[in-house]
Amino acid sequence: MSPVVSDSGSLALIMAQLSFLAIGGINATLPEMQRQVVDVHHWMSAEQFASLYALAQAAPGPNMLVTTLVGWQVAGVAGAFAATIGICGPSCVLSYFVAAIWFRFRHATWRRVLQQALTPVTCGLVFAAAAFLAQATTHNVGTALVMLASTIVLLLTKVHPLVVLGVAAALGAGGLVS
Amino acid sequence: MPNESSHPVSPPTVGVPPTCLQLFSGFFGIGMCGFGGVLPWARRMVVDQRAWLSAAEFTDMLALCQFLPGPNIVNMTMALGSRFRGPAGALSAFLGLMTAPFIIIILLGMVYGRYAEVPAVRHAFAGLAAAASGLIITMAIKISAPLRGNWLGIGIAVLAFAAIAVARVPMLPTLLILVPLAILLVWKFEDRFRR
Repeated sequence: MSPVVSDSGSLALIMAQLSFLAIGGINATLPEMQRQVVDVHHWMSAEQFASLYALAQAAPGPNMLVTTLVGWQVAGVAGAFAATIGICGPSCVLSYFVAAIWFRFRHATWRRVLQQALTPVTCGLVFAAAAFLAQATTHNVGTALVMLASTIVLLLTKVHPLVVLGVAAALGAGGLVS
Repeated sequence: MPNESSHPVSPPTVGVPPTCLQLFSGFFGIGMCGFGGVLPWARRMVVDQRAWLSAAEFTDMLALCQFLPGPNIVNMTMALGSRFRGPAGALSAFLGLMTAPFIIIILLGMVYGRYAEVPAVRHAFAGLAAAASGLIITMAIKISAPLRGNWLGIGIAVLAFAAIAVARVPMLPTLLILVPLAILLVWKFEDRFRR
């Protein structure tokens, strides 16, 4: 089997598993995605993974495009399709069928308990994703300051995130960060 | 308020059911403008601009899409598309959402791959990536705001964080243990721990 085919197959399987595990959205799966593509398969470094995540954030469209970009990086267009279909496929099938019966359970007790139990798990996972990305993107005082300043600005002001990303990229290009 | 008429198999209470082409074009617009999360744009298109759903119906559908695993907005293409036009509608909405961003992200990936070694580009990415981690730290803080005062929830969140980020346990075993545990704890103790 050619590497492109076998890598695309592995990508599709990894992403299909993450599709089921993505409780509260795709960000919850970032640590596991990084573990798979960096530590398990050695397709890229943690820094490259963080750069792809940043690129996907700066592009239009849903957050899950980081998956498409990872697929592209690993196995070109075939990889991009494999990763995208992998991450969307299982949850799409589930959504399609659950949507039809959802309203019957809207007020069921088990649904409320499940939601209350899943919300904190999602919070913990997204904090873990933040820790992984912070670790991969801060190599020195400059990048650490950019991370801190972005967090503060985004938390306390209504500045558009794209502006924050743009300023940070410009600071970097100007040689002020690293 | 949602009532019997908001059942997914019945027609919507407002507007005219969209065709497959309209589902495609509506989600195409969301895919093009959404950035760092597209759900607010989805609400604007679905409720305010095209009136496919009432605000209450949209909120219900959003709760479903956030509750199910997977990318939330992609789940919404399924729920909304299938509600109006069955499988063809779901596929139309999905392709509408994904086509443009998919092409754009690959073009960006090509540019990145080509110029990643240029020092100025590499440095720009160092800045961009640091700011992007600021973005996800912000997101983590914001989505955790409802846990304030809920010690049981905070405990579960800390456990999830410690398992993944500190002990580096893979996600599947973490969730297989943590989700049932969280359900059990919430089921047994939620009254005692909530404000």
